[in-house]
Amino acid sequence: MLTERARAAGRAWARLAPGARLALGVIAVFVLGAVLAPWLTRYQPWQQLDVVRLKSLPPSWAHPFGTDRFSRDVFTRILYGAQLSLSIATLAVLVSSTVGLLYGAMAGYTGGWIDAVMMRFIDAMLSVPRVLMLIAVLALWSPVPVPALVLLIGLTGWFDVARIVRGQAMALRDREFVVAARALGANPARIVWRHVLPNVLSPVIVAGALAVGNVIVLEAGLSFLGIGVHEPMASWGTMFQDAANQFVSTWWAVIFPGIAIVATVLAFNTLGDALRDLLDARQLPGQPAADLPEPAHG
Amino acid sequence: MGRRVAARLGQAVVVVWIVATLAFVLIHAAPGDPFSFDAPTVSEAVRAHWRAEFGYDRPLATQYLLWLGNLAHGNLGYSHSMHEPVRDALAAALPRTLVLMAVALVGAFVLGILLALFQVEHRGTRRARWAGNVALFFYSVPDFWLALVMVLAFAYWLPILPAGYPVSMATHDYMAPLAAFVDSLRHLVLPALTLVLLTTAGIARFQRNELLDVLPLDFVRTARAKGLSERQVVRRHVLRNALIPTITLFGLSMPTLLGGSVFVEKVFAWQGMGWVVVNAIGLRDYPMVLAGVLVGTVMVILGNLAADLAYGLADPRLRVD
Repeated sequence: MLTERARAAGRAWARLAPGARLALGVIAVFVLGAVLAPWLTRYQPWQQLDVVRLKSLPPSWAHPFGTDRFSRDVFTRILYGAQLSLSIATLAVLVSSTVGLLYGAMAGYTGGWIDAVMMRFIDAMLSVPRVLMLIAVLALWSPVPVPALVLLIGLTGWFDVARIVRGQAMALRDREFVVAARALGANPARIVWRHVLPNVLSPVIVAGALAVGNVIVLEAGLSFLGIGVHEPMASWGTMFQDAANQFVSTWWAVIFPGIAIVATVLAFNTLGDALRDLLDARQLPGQPAADLPEPAHG
Repeated sequence: MGRRVAARLGQAVVVVWIVATLAFVLIHAAPGDPFSFDAPTVSEAVRAHWRAEFGYDRPLATQYLLWLGNLAHGNLGYSHSMHEPVRDALAAALPRTLVLMAVALVGAFVLGILLALFQVEHRGTRRARWAGNVALFFYSVPDFWLALVMVLAFAYWLPILPAGYPVSMATHDYMAPLAAFVDSLRHLVLPALTLVLLTTAGIARFQRNELLDVLPLDFVRTARAKGLSERQVVRRHVLRNALIPTITLFGLSMPTLLGGSVFVEKVFAWQGMGWVVVNAIGLRDYPMVLAGVLVGTVMVILGNLAADLAYGLADPRLRVD
């Protein structure tokens, strides 16, 4: 059983595009960096080493990414920042995927006026400028604790997921195995749980990988404005908060955390694209869709 | 067509009302008010006087109904951060944002479509893969970080462009008309370019997929069979048919553009709507914040509506009635 599973994993790995393998490697490096942070650096992320002699130092052997204007080690803050930024993004996406999955499956499977009302609500919510609304709410309720931040980001990000799932669930409603389950007397909740949800999962996984990248950027932006994660906690976004004011003279305090964000987000987006290619039956991996043999026309 | 537009507009009004109510509750339920700022010299009596003057001492329900009534009459209230009616502040700020967004939108579409064409014409080659990687890179960059790097690169390391403000604040008013115009243009370059780069990637990715979807169709094979070159096939036959879904992106890019412009305006001190609203939030200027959220919502809704109508106009097969 175990070897069978290992072989399946090996096959999936082999089918993954080379770019996606690199992306997984990058993500692994950042996750490891976040987990092993206490062993990879001698400093604490909030530790002001020496505000007189060690502030705003350019990169050197002792401080590979330099120090910021409070004499904190930038490398250390990137490692510990990864803990917070990656956790926030992953948890927020889990929240939004779960809510979107359940809502979309319910609307799509139920159909009728309930579906119509549920989708109208989604339409309305999709016209809210998410960034403006988040900034307004977060700033006025500031300081918002991190769990609340995760919930706020998660609960404003599930509308797209719900829409995708609903479309898939609607298509599934009349498939034979669902009709059969209904004929056997299974109740709707069981049908949705056992038959609909597993079959709509793959687009949600793709959307989830892309959403993790988006949320990392969003959290960084909010923290940059000073309303996401609050000092002295280190997330990749908070590192820009005061570095941005002196970024011409201490550019390393802006460039390096930025590179960390871009590398991670790029990795998640590459992974999302590769997963889409892998899970999309119309398309073979490593081959553009257009090179496929054309479908037989009726 | 006319009836459909009217129905959609009716729905839009309902959506705006829902969003307005939600925003009002979320914002007014927050602790504090515009007069709770930190200032030891302002006595409690003065604060109470201000609250009474601007109506913040009334019950929330009364405030809500009053605000809604004023909104229906086009009165958005008084902005405490700009010290003028919200309408006047918006009238000054909104055009700046619209200029930025319009330039970015046009630039991003031209660049995005060209990039997608390049990728599809040269598909399978190393150059096309690199073009795709570049697009994905800009798709992954945080808005504010790209803005900061642009300032660092083109205003500091290579000092050829101004780094902030819509015009040269001190000298602009004394310039000759042509010089003043050039001055405005020069200030527009960096923020607009940042927004273009941020938006292009998404459009290029979308357009590429659309092009690839059209490629296997029968009429493309016919065009190839006629002996047209790959370039002619793609530009003349594939692009025309793959452009239709892209037209809708004009409207649907509104949320991305709005979000991007908030950060771009903040970094470049571009005093448009995003800048004014972020500034207003810091001072708990509730009417201004609410107006900002509402204007943003209206822009998104109009974008969706435009996308819908454009779709019907461009492709008669898709008209509903």
